Amino acid sequence: MTLTSPPVRAEERTEPTGSTGASPSRRKLPLSPKFFIVAGVAAAIGYLALVPLGYLLWGTFFDAEGFDLGGFERAYGSGRMGELWGNSLAFAGGSAFLSLTVGTTLAYLNVRTAVPFKALFFAASIVPLIVPGILYTVSWIFLASPQIGLLNNFLEPVFGTAPFNIFSIWGMIWVEGLHSSPIVFLLMVAAFRSMDPSLEESALMSGATRLQTLRRVTLPLVRPALLSSVLVILITSLESFEVPALLGLQNGIYVFTSRIYFVFRSYPRDLQAAGALAVSLLAIAVIGVIIARLLAGRGTKTYQTVTGKGFRPRPLDLGKWRPVVGAGILIYFFATVVGPLLVLIYAALLPYYQAPSAEAFASFTLDNFRQVFEMDSAGRALVNSLVLGISAAVIVMALMSIAAWISVRSTIPGRGIVEQLSFVPLVIPGIVLGVSISFVYLRSPIPIYGTLLILLIAYCTKYMPYGMRYATTSMTQISSELEESAQVSGASWWTTFRRVLLPLLSPGIMAGFVYILVVSFRELSSSLLLYSPGNEVLSILIWEQFENGSFNVLAAIGVLMVVALVIMVTIAYKLGAKVGLRED
Amino acid sequence: MLRIDHLVKSFAGEKARGKKNKAQEGHAAVFAVNDVSFEVKEGELFTLLGPSGCGKTTTLRSIAGLEKPDSGTITVGDRVMFSGGVKGGDRAVNMPANQRGLGMVFQSYAIWPHMTVFDNVAFPLQVRKRADRPSKAEIAERVERVLATMELSPQAGRQATKLSGGQQQRLALARALVIQPPLLLLDEPLSNLDAKLRESLRYELKRLQRELGITSVYVTHDQVEALALSTHIAVMEHGRVVQLGRPREVYESPSNKFVAEFIGTSNFIPGTVGSAQGGQHSVDTTNGRLFIESGSDLPTGSDVVVSIRPEAVELSTESRAGQVPNEWHGTVVARAFLGDAVDHVVAVDKHEIRARVNPSVSFEPGTQVYLQLDPTKISLVPVG
Ligand SMILES: Nc1ncnc2c1ncn2[C@@H]1O[C@H](COP(=O)(O)OP(=O)(O)OP(=O)(O)O)[C@@H](O)[C@H]1O
Ligand SMILES: [Mg+2]
Repeated sequence: MTLTSPPVRAEERTEPTGSTGASPSRRKLPLSPKFFIVAGVAAAIGYLALVPLGYLLWGTFFDAEGFDLGGFERAYGSGRMGELWGNSLAFAGGSAFLSLTVGTTLAYLNVRTAVPFKALFFAASIVPLIVPGILYTVSWIFLASPQIGLLNNFLEPVFGTAPFNIFSIWGMIWVEGLHSSPIVFLLMVAAFRSMDPSLEESALMSGATRLQTLRRVTLPLVRPALLSSVLVILITSLESFEVPALLGLQNGIYVFTSRIYFVFRSYPRDLQAAGALAVSLLAIAVIGVIIARLLAGRGTKTYQTVTGKGFRPRPLDLGKWRPVVGAGILIYFFATVVGPLLVLIYAALLPYYQAPSAEAFASFTLDNFRQVFEMDSAGRALVNSLVLGISAAVIVMALMSIAAWISVRSTIPGRGIVEQLSFVPLVIPGIVLGVSISFVYLRSPIPIYGTLLILLIAYCTKYMPYGMRYATTSMTQISSELEESAQVSGASWWTTFRRVLLPLLSPGIMAGFVYILVVSFRELSSSLLLYSPGNEVLSILIWEQFENGSFNVLAAIGVLMVVALVIMVTIAYKLGAKVGLRED
Repeated sequence: MLRIDHLVKSFAGEKARGKKNKAQEGHAAVFAVNDVSFEVKEGELFTLLGPSGCGKTTTLRSIAGLEKPDSGTITVGDRVMFSGGVKGGDRAVNMPANQRGLGMVFQSYAIWPHMTVFDNVAFPLQVRKRADRPSKAEIAERVERVLATMELSPQAGRQATKLSGGQQQRLALARALVIQPPLLLLDEPLSNLDAKLRESLRYELKRLQRELGITSVYVTHDQVEALALSTHIAVMEHGRVVQLGRPREVYESPSNKFVAEFIGTSNFIPGTVGSAQGGQHSVDTTNGRLFIESGSDLPTGSDVVVSIRPEAVELSTESRAGQVPNEWHGTVVARAFLGDAVDHVVAVDKHEIRARVNPSVSFEPGTQVYLQLDPTKISLVPVG
C-alpha cells in the first residue's frame, strides 16, 4: 500500500459532450462493441475487488451449519489475543514513528537547508525499490543477529555481550522503520518544496528561533502531507510480513501477518481461524484509513498556501550544526544503503558466514552463484516471476486504461464506482489477499488452485490500484478534444480508443507497466499462501533458502535479484517514468 | 539610523553552486549587490528603486539578515548587524535574522494560513524569550491596538486566508509593526494588488509611516510609487546605486541616461493644488489648470507633482474643449514608431510631454495638436 509516485490525479474532469456516443440512435443499440468492452472491464474490476472479500467474510463467519464465530474463538483462544494485538500495534506504531521521524527530518533538511551530501538522499530513497523487504531483513540478520551479526562481533569486546538483538520487537521496528523511511522522505520532499519559504522567513523576522519556526509554522503547514504519510506508513507496517516473519517467529513474537501465515500453514489447516485473523487485520487497516482520511480532510483547504511572486527557494544556513548534520546523514546512508548491500555481497561470496578477517577474505568464492545457476528451481522461479510479472502488468494496464476512460471521460452513470472499486485492494494487506483468494478457489469449482493462474489473479488484484493511478493520471492530461475530433472524423469509439487514445496514453501505460513488473518481482506475502511446489517465484525461492538455513545461497540469489531490479528501475527512469516505492 | 557601507553580495553561477571558492570557478558569479552604500535617517522612508533584477530585494534581505553578504557593514542605530570584518581590524559579525528585531513585509505577505488574524499578529510577541515576553493580557492588548490602527479589529478572529488582498497587506504590516521595530523593511508590498487599491493603499502607507514616524526601507520598481512615498530614493542598476537623492532631484535632474529613461517614461509636471473635494482636485501647473481624480486627498495649497503616463495622453488636431476636462495645445517635436504604438514628443510651453498613441494616429513633427488628458489616469504626487 505504499506507492507514492503516480501523481494524484487532478480533480477536474472534462465532461465531453458527444464522446460517449450516447446519441439517440446509439441508445437503441446498446449491444455495440463499446458496450461489451466497458461492461466487461467493469465486471472484471468488480470481480477482482469484491469476490475475494465476499468469500473471506462468508468463509470466516459461516460454516456448513450457518453463522459461527468458532474461527475467532480458536484464533484468539489460549490467551494470545492481548499479546497479538499488543505486538501488532507496537510494531506498526513503532516503525511508523521511526520512519516518519527519519523521513520527515531528512526531507526538511534536504529541501529547506543547505545540508551537505544532497545526492545521497535520493540514492537512499530508491532503496526500498531495489532491495525487497525480505533481502533487507536478511541483511540486518547478517548485521545484528546476536549469534552471527557483524555489528555484534565488532562491539562484543567493548560491551562484554552482544549489544544488539535483531530478533526482538525493537529489531523489527528498526528494520521496518528504516526500510520505509524513504517513502515518507519522498512524500514530504514534495510537501516542503511546495511551501513558500517566505512563510518561514517571516517567522524568523518576527524573532522566532529555528525550533519555534519549525514547530509553529513549518510543521502545521505540511500537516496534510504528514497525515497522508502517516496513513501510507501505517498500512505499510500493518501489512508488513517479511520483517515480522523473519525476525519475530524465532522468539515467538507474533503480529497479525505472521500469525495468519502460521495458522494458515499449520496442520490440520484451520481456514476459519486464519480468516478470523485476516478479517481483524483488514478491519484495523480500514479503520486506520478512515481515521487518517478524516484528519486529513479537515483543514486541507485552509492550507492552500498563498504563494506570491519572488518564490525562490533559499536554503537555510545550518551554521555550526552543518558538520553534525552531515555526519548524521552519512551514518543514515551507511545504515540504510551501504551496510545492508555490502553485507549481502559479502555473504554471497563466503562459503559459510563468518566475521571479516584475512581468512574470510581468502575464502571468497563464487560457489554460491554456481549453486544458484545449477539449481533446478532457480531457473523455473525466474521464468515464473517473469511470466507472472509481465502478464500481470499487461492485464492490469489493459484493464485500467479502459477503466480510466470510463472514470475520466465517460458520462456513464456509476462511473465513479469503477474507480472506487479499483482502489479497494489498496487497503487489503497482501497476506489477507492471499487468504481471501485461497478461500475463493478452494471452494469454487474452477480448478486453478495450485497453478500459476491463481498467483496471476492475486497480482492483478493487488496491483490494480497502481495501474489505475498511472492510467487516470495520463488520461486527464489528454485533451478531450483530441478524442472528439477523431469521432467527428467518423471513427468509431473502439477505433478512437485504439488509434488516438492508446498511443497518447502509452508513456503513462509504459510507466505503469514497468512499475508493476518491478513490484510483482518482489511480491512475497500473498504468493507464499498461494504457491505450490513447482510454481515458485523468485521471492519464494529466497524464502525457501531462509527456511533451509542456506544463508549464503540466499545472499547470492539476493545479489542477482538486486542487480535485476536495478536494471529494471534504470529502464523505468530512462522511460521517464516517475517510479514510486512499494514495499512488500 | 540605518547605515550601509560597501555592501557586496554575489551568487555563485549555476554550476558553481556548492563549491567552496566562487572565485576559482569558471562560471562567473552574479553580483546581485555590488558596493552599495547609503544612510537612512530617523523617520525617513528610503526607497530602493530600479528595474527587475537590479538587486533591490537582495539588498533588503541582507539588511533583514536573510541573506549573508560577502562583505560590507550594516548598522542599525548603534548595533552592528553585519560586518564582513576588516583584515587585522574588527571581527566579522553576522547577527541572525531572528535577533535583529526588525519588521518586514514580504512581497507575498507570507501570512501564515493556519493561524487567525490575531494569532498572526501575536506570534512575534509570543516567541520572545521568556524573560522579556509580555504577559498574555499585554499581548492581547498590544495586538488589538495594532489591529485597530490597521482597521482590522473586526477581522481579528478570522482565518488569515479569508482576508481580501488589501486586508492581507495591512495584516502583514500589523505583524511587522507589533514589536515596534526600529526599522521597517518592505519588499514591493503593493505589487500584488490591483491598480485602484494600490493607489489608495499607497497613501495609507505614507500616512501611517508619517504618523508612527517609523524609519522604513521600501523596495519598488514603480517610479510613481517611489516619488509619491519616499523621502529619499536610491536608483539601482546592476547591483549598484546610480543615483541617490530626494524624489524631486531624481526626476528633475537625473544623473545619467539610465535614470533619465527609467524615471522619464512618465511625464512629471510640478504644480499646486488649487481646490480639492473628495478626490476631485484641480491643480495649477505652469501649463494651465488640470482636473484630476485621485485616490489621494491633498489639502488646498500643497505642492505636488503631476505624473501623466504617456498612455494617458490623447492627441488630435481638433479641439474638444468643453467635452473633455483637460485639454492642452502644443507642437509635435519628434515621433517614433514602436510597432504597436507611436511615441510623440509634444512641446507644451516649456515642457515636453511624451504621448503614446495607437498607430492610426500619427502626426509629423511641426503639427499643431491638442492633448487630451484623462483625469482618472493622472497621478498626484505630493512633494515636500
Ligand atoms: N538565490 C539566488 N541564486 C542565484 N542568483 C540570485 C539569487 N537571488 C538573486 N539572484 C540574482 O541576483 C540578482 C538580483 O536579484 P534581486 O532579487 O535582488 O532583484 P530585484 O531587484 O529584487 O528584482 P525584482 O524587481 O524582479 O524583484 C538577479 O540577477 C537574480 O537573478
Ligand atoms: Mg525583488
